[in-house]
Amino acid sequence: MKNTPVQLHVITRIVAFIILAFSVFLFFAGHNNPGGGFIGGLMTAAALVLLYLSFDLKTIKRVIPFNYSKIIGAGLLIAILTGIVGMLFGFPFLTQFDEYYHIPLLGETHAASALPFDLGIYLVVVGFTLLVILTVAEDDS
Amino acid sequence: MSTLHLVALAPFIMAIFIPFFYFKFRHIHTGWFILPLPLILFIYLIQYLPLGGGPMETVERSVPWVPSLDIHFTVFLDGLSLLFALLITGIGTLVVLYSIYYIANKKEEPLNNFYVYLMMFMGAMLGVVLSDNLIVIYVFWELTSLASSLLIAYWFHKEKSRYGAQKSMLITVTGGFAMLAGFSLLYMMTGTFSIREIITYGDAIVTSPLFLPAMILILLGAFTKSAQFPFHIWLPDAMEAPTPVSAYLHSATMVKAGIYLVARFTPVFGGAPEWFWIITGFGLFTLLWGSVSAVRQKDLKGILAFSTVSQLGLIMSLLGLGSAAVHFDVVDGQSLYTVAVLAAVLHLINHATFKGSLFMVVGIIDHETGTRDIRKLGGLMTIMPVTFTISLIGIASMAGLPPFNGFLSKEMFFTGTLNSTTLDIFNVQTLGVIFPAVAWIASIFTFVYCMIMLFKTFTGKHHPERLEKEAHEAPAGMLISPVILASLVIIFGFFPNLLAYTIIDPAMQSILPGLLEPGEQFYVNIYHWHGLNTELFMTMGVVFFGSMIFLNLRKWQETTFYLKERDPLNWFYDSGLVGLIKGSTVVNDVQMTGRLRDYFTYMFTFLVLGMGYMLWNTGALAVDMANTADISIYMYIITLSLVLATVVIPFVSSRISAIVLMGVIGFLVALLFVVFRAPDLALTQLLVETVMVVLFLLVFYHLPELKKETFKPAFRLTNLVISIGVGLVVTLTALSAHALSYENPISPISDYFVENAYALAGGNNIVNVILVDFRGLDTLLEVLVLGIVGLAVVVLIKFKAKKGEDV
Amino acid sequence: MEILMILTVGVLFTVATYMILSKSMLRVIIGVVILSHGAHLLFLTLSGLKQGAPPLLGEEASAYTDPLPQALILTAIVIGFGITAFMLVLAYRTYKAHKTDNLDELRGTEDE
Repeated sequence: MKNTPVQLHVITRIVAFIILAFSVFLFFAGHNNPGGGFIGGLMTAAALVLLYLSFDLKTIKRVIPFNYSKIIGAGLLIAILTGIVGMLFGFPFLTQFDEYYHIPLLGETHAASALPFDLGIYLVVVGFTLLVILTVAEDDS
Repeated sequence: MSTLHLVALAPFIMAIFIPFFYFKFRHIHTGWFILPLPLILFIYLIQYLPLGGGPMETVERSVPWVPSLDIHFTVFLDGLSLLFALLITGIGTLVVLYSIYYIANKKEEPLNNFYVYLMMFMGAMLGVVLSDNLIVIYVFWELTSLASSLLIAYWFHKEKSRYGAQKSMLITVTGGFAMLAGFSLLYMMTGTFSIREIITYGDAIVTSPLFLPAMILILLGAFTKSAQFPFHIWLPDAMEAPTPVSAYLHSATMVKAGIYLVARFTPVFGGAPEWFWIITGFGLFTLLWGSVSAVRQKDLKGILAFSTVSQLGLIMSLLGLGSAAVHFDVVDGQSLYTVAVLAAVLHLINHATFKGSLFMVVGIIDHETGTRDIRKLGGLMTIMPVTFTISLIGIASMAGLPPFNGFLSKEMFFTGTLNSTTLDIFNVQTLGVIFPAVAWIASIFTFVYCMIMLFKTFTGKHHPERLEKEAHEAPAGMLISPVILASLVIIFGFFPNLLAYTIIDPAMQSILPGLLEPGEQFYVNIYHWHGLNTELFMTMGVVFFGSMIFLNLRKWQETTFYLKERDPLNWFYDSGLVGLIKGSTVVNDVQMTGRLRDYFTYMFTFLVLGMGYMLWNTGALAVDMANTADISIYMYIITLSLVLATVVIPFVSSRISAIVLMGVIGFLVALLFVVFRAPDLALTQLLVETVMVVLFLLVFYHLPELKKETFKPAFRLTNLVISIGVGLVVTLTALSAHALSYENPISPISDYFVENAYALAGGNNIVNVILVDFRGLDTLLEVLVLGIVGLAVVVLIKFKAKKGEDV
Repeated sequence: MEILMILTVGVLFTVATYMILSKSMLRVIIGVVILSHGAHLLFLTLSGLKQGAPPLLGEEASAYTDPLPQALILTAIVIGFGITAFMLVLAYRTYKAHKTDNLDELRGTEDE
C-alpha cells in the first residue's frame, strides 16, 4: 500500500490489545459472569482480524507465527484430555471438578477442571475463525 | 459367556487373524491355519452326544444383549441344533481340507478373502442353529446370506459370478426380511422372542388371527433359503462359487437352514392343516421340479444343483407329513407319522454325506480336466479310478440303491408317503394317493439323472482333444475328504443304527416334543430288509423305468424340453429386476432433478402440509392473548426495524447493501437477546456477527452482484406461496404452542441446573456451567464440528484439482 | 410481547424461505442465516419471556430466566457460524471454478 494509513495503524495497535486483554478477562470471567470459551475466543479472533485488516497479511504473519489448524487440534486435545482425566479416577467421561482455596494475599481462589475444558473451546474457536478467514484471504492474493 | 457361545463366535474371532496369517506366512496355504478350528469344534460338540444311551441332556446358556428389548444371546443346544452343529463343523473340516488343494496358493487368488468369508459363514450358521432368540437367529441368518453371496462372487471378475451372487442375495435376503416380520408377529402374539417360551404358548398362538400370516412369513424365509419352488432359481446360479463352497454352503449346510427353521417351528405351527399342506405340497412339487430339471442339465454342477433342490424338497415334504404326527398317539415310541420325521432326519445326514462327496468329485473332475460339461467328458473310469469309485458310491446312494444309506432313507420316504394315504384328517382322504405317486415319479427322474451323471462322465470314449487339460487322477490330499464322506455313505448304509439313539432320536425329540412321556424315547430301528412290501416294489419300478428312460435318452435329446437348460422361472426374476431398475430410474428422474430449489420445494411443501394438517386435525390451533408479558415502546422499535430490514433483503441487488442489512439484522437480534436477559447470547451474537461481516466481505468481494432473479412468473408465485405458507404455519404453530403451554404448564427441566449450578459445578453463570459441565459432551462435539469445518475449508481452498479434473 | 415476537419470527421465516428457494447460491446462504436467526428467536420466545433476572447466580434474584434454552441457542449460534462459513467458502470455490453462482447452471450432467 502506498498511502499507509498511519492513524489507523496507531489506533489499531492500541485498540487491538485492549480488546485482546478484555477477551482474556471475558474468558476467565466465564464461570461466574457472562463470558467463557466461546465468547472469549470470538473476541480474541475479532481483535486479531482487526490487526490483519489494518496491517497486511505478511506483517502480522511475522509477528504471530501460529499455525491455526494446529491450534484447533491442540484445543480439541485439551478438551478431550480434561474429560479423560476424570475417567482415570473412575468417573464418567467429562466429569468436571472444582474446589475453592483460600490463598493468602489473593483471597478466595477458585480452581475448576472446567477451565482447561473451556480453554480447549477457546482455542478451537480462535483457530477456526482465523483459519477460515486467512485461508480465504490468502487465496485472493 | 459360556463355551457354547464361544463355539458360535470362534470362527468370527478366527476371521480377524486370517489376514495376518495370509500376509505373514505367504508361502504356507492359509487353509492350514484354519483347518484345526472346525476340527476342534467338531470334537468338542461330539461330547454332547448321548453316547451312553438315554435321552440327550439339553444345555442352555444366556448372555444379555439388548435386555430392554427382550433380546438375549441365548445358546440352546438340543438334538436338532447338535445335529446341525455337527454337520456344520464336520463338513466344514472336510471342506477346508479339500479347499487347500482345490484353490492353489497363487498370487491372483485372494485366499484371505475366501477364508474370511468362509469363517464368517461358519460362525453365522452355528449362530443360527445354536441360538434360541429369534432376533439373534435373524441376525445370523442374514449374515449367512451375506457370506454366501460374497463366496459366490469370489471370482468376481466373472460376469456370471456377480449375477449369481446378486440373485442369491436378493432372494434370500427378501425371504429373511419376511421371516423377520413373521418373528415380530410371533412376538406380538406371545410377548417373547425365545423359541422355547413360544412353544409353551401352544393354543394361544393357534387361535390367534395372526397365526396364518406369521406362519406364511416365516415359511417364506425358510423356502427362499432352502431353495423351494419357486424360489429355487438362485441355487443353480450359485454354482459359480468355487466347488468347496458349493459342497459346503449350497448343499450340506446353508440351504438346510430353511429345513432347520421348519423343524424348529414344527412344535409351534405343526398340527395346523395349513402347515401340513403348504410344506408337504411345496416340498413334493420342488422334489418333482428339481429332479425333472436336473435331467436336462449338461453341466455336472448344474445336475447337482437341481438334484440338491429336489432333495431339499424331499426333506421338506417329509417334515410336512411328519407334522401330522402330533394328532396321533405314539405307541411303543412310534406312530405312522413319526416315521416321516425319522426319515427326514436320516435323509438330512445322508444327503450331506453323499452330496458332499459328489460335489467334491465334480470339483476334482473340473480341476483335472478343465471342464464340467458332460458333452465333452467321457471314459474317465480308467484314468481316474479313485474318483470313479467315490462317484459310484455317491451316485448309487443318491439314486436310492442298496446297500447304501440313500436306500434306507428313500425306502422310509416311500413309507411316509404311503402312510399319508390312510390319513383321515386335513381332508387328505381322497388326495392322499397323490403323495406316493409324485414321490415315485420324482424318484424315477432322480434315477435318470444319476445314470446320466455316472455314465456320461466315466464311460464311453475318452476325447482328450475336447479337454483343456490332460486328465489324470487327483492328488492324494484332494481325495481325502471325498473318500471320508464316501466311507460314511457305506458305514451309515451298513450300520444305520449307529445314528439311531445318538443323534436321530434326540433330533426327533426336539422336532416333536410332548408326544412322549418324559424319559421315553422314539423307536428308531433302521434296517434294509422289510420283506416284499410296497416300498420295495416301488424301488424296483424306479430302477426299471429309470433305466428305460436313460436307455432311450437319444430320442429325447432333440426335444426342446431337453435342449432348454435354464429354468423357465428365471424369466420372472430377470424381467422383474429389469423392471425394478427401470421403475427406480423413472422415479429418480422425476424426483431427483439436481435443482436445489426443487428439493427445498419438496421439503417445505411437506412441512407446510404435514404441520398444517396436524394443527387442523388435532384441534391444537389456539391463540392466547392474555398471558403475555408487557410490551415496552422500544420493543416495538426493535421488532419493527428487524421486520423492515428483513423484508427489504429479497429486493436488494448490491452486495454491500446485502451485507449491511445482514449485519443490521444480526445486531438487532443481539439487542433482542439483551432485552430477553440473555447476556451470553447477546455477546456471542455480537461477536459472531462482527466476524461474519468480515468473512462475508472477503467472499463477496469475488462473487458476482446479486442479479435480479430470472424466474418465470409462475415460479416466482410458487416461491411466494410456499414461503408465505411456511411463515404462516410456523407462526400458527408457535402461537398454539404458546397458548397451550399456559393451559398445561410444564415445569422446565432447567430447574435442576439452576439449583445445582453452584453446588455441583461451583459456577455462578448457569449458561456457561451448562455448556462446560452439565452438557460438556455436547460442547465437545460442537467444537469438533468447528474443527472439521475448518479442515474442510482448508481442503476446499488449498487442494486444487489438477488440470482436467472436475471440481 | 410473545405475540409480537412470534409475528416477527413469522416474517423472518417467510423471507428466509423465499430466499432459500432462489437460484443464486448467495441468496440461499443469506436465507439460511435469516432462518437460523428466526429459529433462535422462536426458541427463546417459546421458552417463556418471563421477567426473571439473567441466569447469573451472582444476581441473587428470586427468579431467573430459563438458562437451558440459552445454552442451546448459544451452541446453535456457534454451529450456525461454522456452517455459514463453510457455505460461504463453498460458494467462493464454486464460483472460482465454474464462474457462476447460479444453482441451475451448476446442476450435474445426466451421466453424473
